[in-house]
Amino acid sequence: MAEPLETVAALRRALDAGATTSAELVERALARADALQPRLGAFVGLRAAGARREAAEADAQRGRREARSALHGIPVALKDNIAQAGEPCGCASRVLEGYVSPFDATLVERLRAVGAVVIGRTNMDEFAMGSSTEHSRHGPTRNPWDLARSPGGSSGGSAAAVAAGIVPLAFGSDTGGSIRQPAAFTGIVGLKPGYGRVSRYGLVAFASSLDQIGPLARTAEDCADALDAISGHDPRDSTSLREPPTRTREALGGDVAGLVVGLPREYLGGDGCDPEVARAVEEAARELEKAGVTLRECSLPHTRHAVATYYLICTAEASSNLARFDGVRYGRRAEGAAGLTEMYERSRSEGFGREVKRRILLGTYVLSAGYYDAYYRKAQQVRALLRRDFEEAFASCDALLTPTTPEIAFALGERTGDPLRMYLSDVYTVSVNLAGVPAVSLPCGFSRGLPIGLQLIGRAGSDATPLRLADAFQRRTDHHLCRPELPA
Amino acid sequence: MSRIGRAEVERIGHLARLRLEEGEAEALARDLDAILGYAAELGAVDTAGASEARSGAALATPLREDRPAPWPGLEQALANAPDADGTAFLVPQVLEGEEEG
Amino acid sequence: MSGYEAVIGLEVHVHLATRTKLFCACEVGYGDAPNRNTCPVCLALPGALPVLNEGAVERALRMALATHCKVQPRSLFARKNYFYPDLPKGYQISQYEEPLATGGWLEIQADGEAEARRIGITRIHMEEDAGKSIHEGSGRDGTRVDLNRAGVPLIEIVSEPDLRSAAEAGAYLRALHAILRYVGASDADLEKGHFRCDANVSIRRPGAPLGTRTELKNLNSFRAVESAVRAEIARQTALLEGGGRIQQATLRFDLDSERISVMRLKENADDYRYFPDPDLLPLVLDEAHVERVRAALPELPEARRARFAQEYGLSAYDARLLTSSRGLADFFEAAARAHGAPKTIANWLLRDVLAALRERSLEIEASALRPEALAALVRLVDEGRVTPASARALVPELLERGGDPAALVRERGLEAVSDAGALDPLIDAVLAEQPAAVATFRGGDEKALHFLIGQVMRKTKGKADAKRVRELLLARLG
Repeated sequence: MAEPLETVAALRRALDAGATTSAELVERALARADALQPRLGAFVGLRAAGARREAAEADAQRGRREARSALHGIPVALKDNIAQAGEPCGCASRVLEGYVSPFDATLVERLRAVGAVVIGRTNMDEFAMGSSTEHSRHGPTRNPWDLARSPGGSSGGSAAAVAAGIVPLAFGSDTGGSIRQPAAFTGIVGLKPGYGRVSRYGLVAFASSLDQIGPLARTAEDCADALDAISGHDPRDSTSLREPPTRTREALGGDVAGLVVGLPREYLGGDGCDPEVARAVEEAARELEKAGVTLRECSLPHTRHAVATYYLICTAEASSNLARFDGVRYGRRAEGAAGLTEMYERSRSEGFGREVKRRILLGTYVLSAGYYDAYYRKAQQVRALLRRDFEEAFASCDALLTPTTPEIAFALGERTGDPLRMYLSDVYTVSVNLAGVPAVSLPCGFSRGLPIGLQLIGRAGSDATPLRLADAFQRRTDHHLCRPELPA
Repeated sequence: MSRIGRAEVERIGHLARLRLEEGEAEALARDLDAILGYAAELGAVDTAGASEARSGAALATPLREDRPAPWPGLEQALANAPDADGTAFLVPQVLEGEEEG
Repeated sequence: MSGYEAVIGLEVHVHLATRTKLFCACEVGYGDAPNRNTCPVCLALPGALPVLNEGAVERALRMALATHCKVQPRSLFARKNYFYPDLPKGYQISQYEEPLATGGWLEIQADGEAEARRIGITRIHMEEDAGKSIHEGSGRDGTRVDLNRAGVPLIEIVSEPDLRSAAEAGAYLRALHAILRYVGASDADLEKGHFRCDANVSIRRPGAPLGTRTELKNLNSFRAVESAVRAEIARQTALLEGGGRIQQATLRFDLDSERISVMRLKENADDYRYFPDPDLLPLVLDEAHVERVRAALPELPEARRARFAQEYGLSAYDARLLTSSRGLADFFEAAARAHGAPKTIANWLLRDVLAALRERSLEIEASALRPEALAALVRLVDEGRVTPASARALVPELLERGGDPAALVRERGLEAVSDAGALDPLIDAVLAEQPAAVATFRGGDEKALHFLIGQVMRKTKGKADAKRVRELLLARLG
């Protein structure tokens, strides 16, 4: 099988040295994707012809000394909910079967501008609703570390693609943990930028006030390069921060001594967490302490309300965002409907999977007359309290350190019958989206052969600090260098 | 006591234009009931003084200049249409009683 | 008099006169091929996002200020969720709990009413229009969906239920329409559907609590509103007097048959599940911005009417007519300035020019008549160079084709004949032909003189200067 593609940084050095070409890298990526697809199910489609064309163009540009970006000529993968012109955009849903996007997401425009090459689209939970990549019309994606286990979700396909060395960099979306949790389960780095940092134009909306696009890669360094390439104000997204692209890469590699890292007691005490996960995270904290970081206990008192708050807000927004999937202008339309109502009901009911239906119903209920105040309005108020918790913690801390998940990757099929249990496992990630702050997950150890993820959370506006800390951690440890055993 | 019964699920289902099978409606009612029961604890949270403000994005919606920018992708968009008549989308006839709402 | 008092509130949806849609840069057109003016945003493609049009905000703000509303420094956009083929997102972006403006008013004076009355405006908010569903069409079965109109900027103006009659409803709409055009917020072209009205009607015994109200939807002309409201008041009155009960309903009105029919009984209120749109941030309008817009507002109809009455000495009635449209008011002032005698110009405009405009369904600013031309024409009459009748006859041509009045008079040979040399022979002829009238006049009857003057005028085909003819006749008759 084709050699794994390791990191963006290493590949870039090889390209710069002339030791390889973008065309070669793309061929390797495509070959590896094909070879591993039966086992992993990471992709929903590959775009070999387009990728080869773009790789050739990238090589030509490099020849003319026009290759400026760290991502230039690098093969990458996109989650199936990011629009790319001329490509199917399915969100792993039957409701969008046959739909080909006529426009590019801003993310794709920016990737194109820096010369990155999209080789294909990765599997996900339908409409990003799920934490296991089992709720997909294409079937599940499997965890490269243990094919009987979930890679997490909803960006499980992107995580598996990176963890299995198919591409060094992939993009996903994170609404309640959908980049960070799969990164934790698969032993890679996943970044959810601060809200508004990366344009949402072209990301199929799940929950508009929570969604963010972000990179998945092996190192914090690669994620920093990716963020710098894709961030920055976009006039087409009204919620986009009015700031230029980040320069997080140049903040890395230096000293982290003197930074204050908070340990929120609600995340680290208690018996909600697998003890091996808790231990690995505590060791990671001590490792940072050795690097000169000051650890401090802190509190995010409203944490226990986070999951309920999250599920009321995200389902409400989703119920409205998914109303456009009605069979009128695109996507699946049920055959032979007698009238409009039947057309709507059957197209949507036959098209949406069970989890999506559940969330649409919940969200519709939460917004409906008589319940809006008790549920939706109340949840938004609690959200404001959660945001204040973070602001107060960040008054005395530069970053917060927590486990990414309370447990390691669970078995496929284990959770699908118990939605509430599935929701509760998002407890460490959802507050971050509710508060709109940046957070990164990186590998910090293993339990029973499966990766454990460490989460570093930054204050609003500071995507660099968590990346700096993650990078410093990775310079001192080698968890990120471990690889799953995949048959050759 | 269940918060959300079968009839309620069907009413919500109609609002969301979802048609639920027999067993589906009941199972969903149970799921929703469990989740809402869990969410009901929010009622006890003291939110006096908490505004419903937004996440950390900018505070005022940006304004766009009133200048036309034609989009050349109509043909591609129409290619996705399940049914069309010329450049118009075509849907089943709106029946009596199916007025908007 | 039935003993019932009508309580009427009007909701008007107005197309703002912007170049592009409310949340995307598609052009606002009219009559284009279906879906020609669309993009990912207004087609509601997956991943598209809205961005607010500053021109729409500007025009909405002008209207809010022109109707004395309180402008909210911070207002929110909300999603109104429902399913219909011409609503591509499955929700309309509108404003709900925190609209742009509240608590305004305007003054109306319906025909027959002695005084002007203030009608309250509850709120003005911004929203996007839906597309069009076309149910009948060529060939294939089904409903055609055209999204050219989807996303066009609207404001909804909601009145307090202060109106008490169909006539008042009409007066309110006309006043609102005039203000919209005055401030350039909208062309408000009724034929293009830029100005759509829903009426809420109920009746009650004076002093009693409000009765059940019905909603008349999509009335698209002032006449339709007045007729519909009148018909509905009559229907409700008859129903109550017959011992029946008013049912809450949405009604349709057919203008030709004047019949009311039920569109939908409102048993359950619609559940639109409004919530603030998370793809947009609050609309923030600081005081400086609002004051800039206020300072740039043109003189509004009521203020202009008052000034016309005072400054030009016009009657209240004439002032109201002249300010009924901004174009007419502007024309009047320009012509009065060019001529020097505003009352004379006012008379000419209100009598002759307005009639000719109405016959041709023409707006004065769309006609070829320039204010300076009218002034020149009237001056020719003042100087006796042309008779009023001849001048009047030139008005249609000036409206349709323009031109210089003096030149036209010359070309057509319409100069007033006042030269004694030309008139004397004609006077002789008339005196010879009308001995009976001469005798009657000599007997003391003034009317006979008018007759004789008329006869001379006929001989000159109306071109004689009537004053001069009178002079000469009197001189001859002794």
